[in-house]
Amino acid sequence: MTLAKEESGQEGADGNGDMTAGGGGYTPSQRRIEREAYKRARSRRATAIAALSTLATGAVLYLVVVNAPGWQRTKETFFNGQYAREALPKVLEGLWLNVRLLLICGVAVLILGMLIAIARTLRGPVFFPLRVLAAAYTDFFRGLPLIINLMIVVLGVPALRLQGVTVDPVLLGGTALTLTYSAYVAEVFRAGIESVHPSQRAAARSLGLNNRQALRYVVLPQAVRRQVPPLLNDLVSLQKDTGLVSIGGAIDAVRAADIIVGRSLNYTPYIVAGLVFVALTIPMTRFTDWVTARMDRRRAQGGTL
Amino acid sequence: MSETPVLRMRSVRKTFGDSVVLRDVDLEVAPHTVTALIGASGSGKSTLLRCANLLEEIDDGAIWLDDEEITHPRADQDAVRRRIGVVFQAYNLFPHMTVLDNITLAPRRVHGVSRADAEARAHELLERLGLGGRAGEYPDRLSGGQQQRVAIVRALAARPRLLLLDEITAALDPELVGEVLAVVRDLKADGMTMVLATHEMGFARDVADQVCFLDSGVVLERGTAEQIFGDPRHERTQRFLRRIVEAGRL
Repeated sequence: MTLAKEESGQEGADGNGDMTAGGGGYTPSQRRIEREAYKRARSRRATAIAALSTLATGAVLYLVVVNAPGWQRTKETFFNGQYAREALPKVLEGLWLNVRLLLICGVAVLILGMLIAIARTLRGPVFFPLRVLAAAYTDFFRGLPLIINLMIVVLGVPALRLQGVTVDPVLLGGTALTLTYSAYVAEVFRAGIESVHPSQRAAARSLGLNNRQALRYVVLPQAVRRQVPPLLNDLVSLQKDTGLVSIGGAIDAVRAADIIVGRSLNYTPYIVAGLVFVALTIPMTRFTDWVTARMDRRRAQGGTL
Repeated sequence: MSETPVLRMRSVRKTFGDSVVLRDVDLEVAPHTVTALIGASGSGKSTLLRCANLLEEIDDGAIWLDDEEITHPRADQDAVRRRIGVVFQAYNLFPHMTVLDNITLAPRRVHGVSRADAEARAHELLERLGLGGRAGEYPDRLSGGQQQRVAIVRALAARPRLLLLDEITAALDPELVGEVLAVVRDLKADGMTMVLATHEMGFARDVADQVCFLDSGVVLERGTAEQIFGDPRHERTQRFLRRIVEAGRL
């Protein structure tokens, strides 16, 4: 179907749109015309089936939900228009905190993750303790559930009553997010560094570049480029996990919804907050898909990146 | 040889695990001469070149570059590699850099040449190798022959004392081999000292001052091109060359 489309598009691009005149005296054979007519018929049929099946599925789902015994109450509790209108501005106000957290933590995570990844690839006996520390760090924070990490940092640190250490739940929550996500991102970077073929390093070293220069000019640029899709994936994940800082009492989108729920005993604000997060991550997810597809295309064309 | 050899190897031994890849290898490369290493795949040609450039650490023996022992534990390996240019079978160009950046990376970052000077020399070399106008391209936009010529320019950019060529035409389509070999002939005419591992016997006979036949990590026979190709002494050399002739490669 796509092929047929592109073909006819090219014919049209010849300027006169006349198939017989396209391509310098090329006349499509009867066989081609028949083949394309058949493909068009097939694709019309496929579209019709898809539409019908979607409608049927939608109708079944609707009937199942609406005829559920508790539907009236559920509708009142979760999909109440009045509470939705009341919650939306508050939730959006809270969301601004999530966005700021994402931006600041995102940058911190990329820097810290890169440093840890580099520390793990350093050679030489001097760096032994650094290598071990970096490995222990990633092992620990990749294994520790984020929610427990957040509780330890956000609730535990203030309990220590240390002089000069912040008790701000936003700062502490951001720190916890950065700790966990740096471990993930460090592994992504490390995988990227290891995916660069040894012959690239050999070429760099044989030009007289030392280990550090080879890493900086040859290995890291290729590693980072290759890892853009998984990095974006982790950032999407970080974006929604910023909602967890609400457990410390920071007023973000989730906490804003929480406050209204606590007052009204109606859960609609949660639905609103959830949808707002989804709306926020969709552009990022689409962007990730686009970047990945673009890179796959490059590779398919024979590029080595 | 009266002049100090550019490269000298004495009793070099190299093993990978249990397999001995180089055994008691001696080699002397006089200035402005071309040495061709021939032999079957796996005979140790590439390993010999990688050892000469310190990309592999030898197990025993010693290697000198201009009478300085480069296999001495205190030798500055980066400084040694700066004086040796290498061209690889698979080009090994940096895919994230333009042709120009590939060539100027080492002069600028390692040799401290200014960007303007490095680029001027790069353009001059590209022009000479018939690649003028390709400076802004990325390597994957070039043909294999062009990529390999860029790799040669990259190796030459830092004015090396010695050039090591590791089967540089092995990955090329037959019709692209000629353009790369022509460049090597030009370099010989300019007096570049080179050691090359090759399967192109006709080319080796043509361009080499010294030919070494390697067999299972041993330099079994060495001599001038006429002697090795015209009157090989050793039975294995004869058999190897006979197979090459049968394959229509000589």
